[in-house]
Amino acid sequence: MDFLIFQVPILMVQASLDGILLGILFALIAYGMALQWGVMNIINIAQGDLVILGGYITYFMYLSGIHPALGVIVAPAIMYFVGVGLYKLVINKVVDRDLFISILATFGISILFMQLMNFAFGADVVLANSDFGTTMLFNNSVTLPNSKIFAAVISIIFAIGLVFYMKKSKLGRAIRATAQNARAAKILGVDTEKVYAATFGINAALCGVAGALVAITFTIHPYMGLPYTIRSFMIVIIAGLGNLPGVAVSGMGLGVFEEFADYILGTEFRIGSVFLLLVLILVYRRFKLSRKREYLK
Amino acid sequence: MKLTKIILSFVSALAILLSTSVTSFAKVVGDKIVLGSAISLTGKYSSNGVHTQNGYNMAVDRINSMGGVKVGGKTYKFEIIYYDDESNPKRAAQLAERLIKQDGVEYMLGPYSSGLTKAIAPVTEKYGVPMVEANGASRSLFTKGYKYLFAVLAPANLYLDVAIDLAVEKNGGKPVSVAMAFEQDAFSQDVRLGVLDAIKRTGSKKLIDDKLPKELNDMAATLAKVKAVKPDVLVVSGHTKGALTAIRQIAEMKVDVPMLAMTHCDAAKLSKQHGKNSQYALCASQWHKTLTYKDDFFKDGMTYDADFTKEFGYAPPYQAAESSAALLVFKDAFERANSFDKVKVRDALADTNMQTFYGNIKFAEGGQNVDKPMVLFQVMCDGDKCENKVVAPTKWASAELIHPIPSWSQR
Repeated sequence: MDFLIFQVPILMVQASLDGILLGILFALIAYGMALQWGVMNIINIAQGDLVILGGYITYFMYLSGIHPALGVIVAPAIMYFVGVGLYKLVINKVVDRDLFISILATFGISILFMQLMNFAFGADVVLANSDFGTTMLFNNSVTLPNSKIFAAVISIIFAIGLVFYMKKSKLGRAIRATAQNARAAKILGVDTEKVYAATFGINAALCGVAGALVAITFTIHPYMGLPYTIRSFMIVIIAGLGNLPGVAVSGMGLGVFEEFADYILGTEFRIGSVFLLLVLILVYRRFKLSRKREYLK
Repeated sequence: MKLTKIILSFVSALAILLSTSVTSFAKVVGDKIVLGSAISLTGKYSSNGVHTQNGYNMAVDRINSMGGVKVGGKTYKFEIIYYDDESNPKRAAQLAERLIKQDGVEYMLGPYSSGLTKAIAPVTEKYGVPMVEANGASRSLFTKGYKYLFAVLAPANLYLDVAIDLAVEKNGGKPVSVAMAFEQDAFSQDVRLGVLDAIKRTGSKKLIDDKLPKELNDMAATLAKVKAVKPDVLVVSGHTKGALTAIRQIAEMKVDVPMLAMTHCDAAKLSKQHGKNSQYALCASQWHKTLTYKDDFFKDGMTYDADFTKEFGYAPPYQAAESSAALLVFKDAFERANSFDKVKVRDALADTNMQTFYGNIKFAEGGQNVDKPMVLFQVMCDGDKCENKVVAPTKWASAELIHPIPSWSQR
């Protein structure tokens, strides 16, 4: 236990802001996962690998002299087609099947992506420098990298944009209808096959945006995808399916919780404490449901 | 029916017997001494695996073209059988078995990384096969009582303790305060133990001791703590990811420390990926081209650097240099043993006492090289061009240590 954070209270501000910025980025990835989980009932283990692939697209732009910030436009455009391609090749064969089959299939995709990226891009850890500088607050005692602020702002823009798209556009309405009841949507003339492909494409595009932001704020490596999958999975579990504001809140909440756990319990317990929180939340939910005499769907 | 079964099993038994007896001659075939190595050509260690392989190959070509190995009045050439271990310890151990049992290899070269060396060492030990390794530095490799394991590199606990000594020296011999952040893996934790020893020895104070999870690529919390407690030295070790993340976030968060010491700077291509932001970082290295060690095959570090760059198109990281040195050690041992007997070669290896372009090599009881100190270089920039310059030990220093590091507001 370390009480430095209580002795130096300004660290609490730093921890909260770091946590919120980090959480927003993770929430964007979780948002994509929640979307396609809700619509297609598929848990995508390859989520993190799509993020890393988006990161590599940005990295190569950076290498060829283009500012990596533009990756947030180019990476999702490319990743959308990667997503649609993946759907046509693999996912459409598992979409109506047991959840376990889809986990296996996406797990396979994940391994394939890791190896292919390793083969194509090499095993070096790389990053894209944005040179965005730093924002100093409270007489320089709190520092916020502008790249992280940029990441949070872009994430919010994409998330809000998507919410509007889902509400207003024809495809968005079709996606929501399919999520509610695929069979009924089909009877009413919705081409569910097309909706599924678009949903998976949109998810991949969101991963592309997140990947671009990861390359700008952190580092990328072919084998670094899994933590992003796990994190977004946890955020979705805590928020509940189909609860988009919940995804944002649980993303930020987890981010802040993680930072505080780091300061108080020590860095080595950071990830562990997040898992502990997940278990507690699941036990609590179970308890609440059993009191209401409902059943878990 | 029964008869055919008996004949069939007899024939297959014979075939198995023949195949093993044929390959068991493989250790020395004609004028070739066959060495075996499982190496990471794919998977997460593939970059460093390739550096290792290039280092081995370069030394094999050089030794073969300069007269080979003389044993019993006859000249032999080196040849290496490689298998790809996919950066996977289990696979590496299987491949070591295969090299020894099926291919009949009787002398091994190490894989890349401490983890994979740890997986292979019990196998080579079981079969009494001498292994010279160049890329497994973890202290635990040398405390298990292995008799057939020899490492040309300095063990991990010696990587950064020099930095603490240097900081104390710069502080006028007075103890310093230290903040540490180490990844939770065998290698980094060994580096940490070395730093802890140095802290104890110098009476210094440990302010922060963070253990970074493997999947973490955000050090913001650790660095915010560093900003708050203001230590004299910040020590970071977490492979290439740790080095890159630390430099990026130290620059972004404007963390001012008088001394920053880390590992894996050249593997991370720090000065290339981060440019001026990496300036003043102190890095532990097994080897640097400007060191003045010499041998007959590669002459010295500068020549090795030039030759390697010419052949492979990139400057050799220390992982390549130490791998080349492993072959020089084998050649020397074969010639002194004047035999291909595994035990005699092993004993000759244990008696090794030589200088290579990479450094002096002399093995302790546990197999680690005790005759080659680590060097520290500092990233120094002239305009936008950054270079690594050796600053410690003073015997090889090509530049004066810049201490304390200028604050971010003055840069």
